[in-house]
Amino acid sequence: MIGMISLAKRIKTVIESIGHRVVGSIWRLGCATRFVLLVLLKSMPGFLRFHLITREIYFAGVLSLIIILVSGLFVGMVLGLQGYETLQKFGSESAVGTLVALSLVRELGPVIAALLFASRAGSAMTAEIGLMKATEQLAAMGMMAVDPVARIVAPRFWGGVFSMPLLAAMFSVMGVFGGYLVTVVFIGVDEGSFWSQMQSSVDFRYDIVNGVIKSCFFGVVITAIAVFEGFDAPPTAEGVSGATTRTVVTSSLAILGLDFVLTAFMFRGVS
Amino acid sequence: MQRTMMDFWVGLFVMAGIGALLILGLKVGNLADFQPEGSYVLVGNFENIGGLKVRAPVKSAGVVVGRVTDIQFSVQTYDAVVTMKVDTRYQFPKDTFASILTSGLLGEQYIGLLPGGDEKMLKDGEKIMKTNSAIVLEDMIGRFLFDKASEKRNSDPEI
Repeated sequence: MIGMISLAKRIKTVIESIGHRVVGSIWRLGCATRFVLLVLLKSMPGFLRFHLITREIYFAGVLSLIIILVSGLFVGMVLGLQGYETLQKFGSESAVGTLVALSLVRELGPVIAALLFASRAGSAMTAEIGLMKATEQLAAMGMMAVDPVARIVAPRFWGGVFSMPLLAAMFSVMGVFGGYLVTVVFIGVDEGSFWSQMQSSVDFRYDIVNGVIKSCFFGVVITAIAVFEGFDAPPTAEGVSGATTRTVVTSSLAILGLDFVLTAFMFRGVS
Repeated sequence: MQRTMMDFWVGLFVMAGIGALLILGLKVGNLADFQPEGSYVLVGNFENIGGLKVRAPVKSAGVVVGRVTDIQFSVQTYDAVVTMKVDTRYQFPKDTFASILTSGLLGEQYIGLLPGGDEKMLKDGEKIMKTNSAIVLEDMIGRFLFDKASEKRNSDPEI
């Protein structure tokens, strides 16, 4: 009898802990949404003093260029090799251009560029804002009647949002170049059919614009997560490091999940 | 870092990004064969379109002259109504023959236009009267087997 009661109690604690976690995460999600809305409301001063945003584009975009371009090149080269390897079994190795371009423009360009951007720029954003909070710079700004959300957070948000589509486009271009390098220059696929098959199957509106829209979404999500985690971080060394890790993990998951949803909306049925 | 230096790099970055988008549009995508002269619409009824899809090319003598813009099923005639946009530079006679062909063994399907000899040209929105359906592999195999069977019966009078 007593065993039964203690078992029931244990089950109750388990259920309670699950409920606690769910309520906590929903509460946090609500906080993040409100924070993002606040950032949007207070982003006007940043636009009026555009050099603030320029600075953030420099740190988020220009400094991410090397990693984006190099990985784009290698991803394209691997796609070219693997695509050639498979397509030549069917005697249609000239379609390798189509394969490389479509997979880059639709999926790999936006997604891999976003993953790299999240780990290169998103983590830096979180660490910077978190450290500012830990060293009480944000509080000092508040003391001087400078709104830290408008002065620190909003320019970082917009800088990231602007940089992401440009980085994804450059990633795709480097990838196509890498595929060209491997298949046409090294292996010797016919150059004319490589480009012409690619051009006849890649549609500007349907493939390229949708890819750009995807990367815009990813840019908003990554930077929103990054600035929220930084602003929300506990003001300790441990808290900042935990927030940085959470930024990378959460935004990577969000990118992959959102990518599925967007793909389902964009590329369904109509071909 | 000085602000002007940073501005320079950001400007370069933005220009490179827009350049990348342009390269994607012109070199990778099909923005280059976008015709500003405009196009006119032709309609064709097909008994069977096979695997024809929207955005499939419309070719004449192997040259792409337009694109399929819409495919509908008509309940009046119980066949497929295919709408295509053809470049205004290319005018076709009234008795043009439209057929659904396949490029290569496993390639995509497209509409091939074979011009006739009529003096009058097809106008915007007009219907192509002579059409030829897509070849369905199952039908072809069925017909082939049927022919083979009847051939055997004819050459074998004892049965």
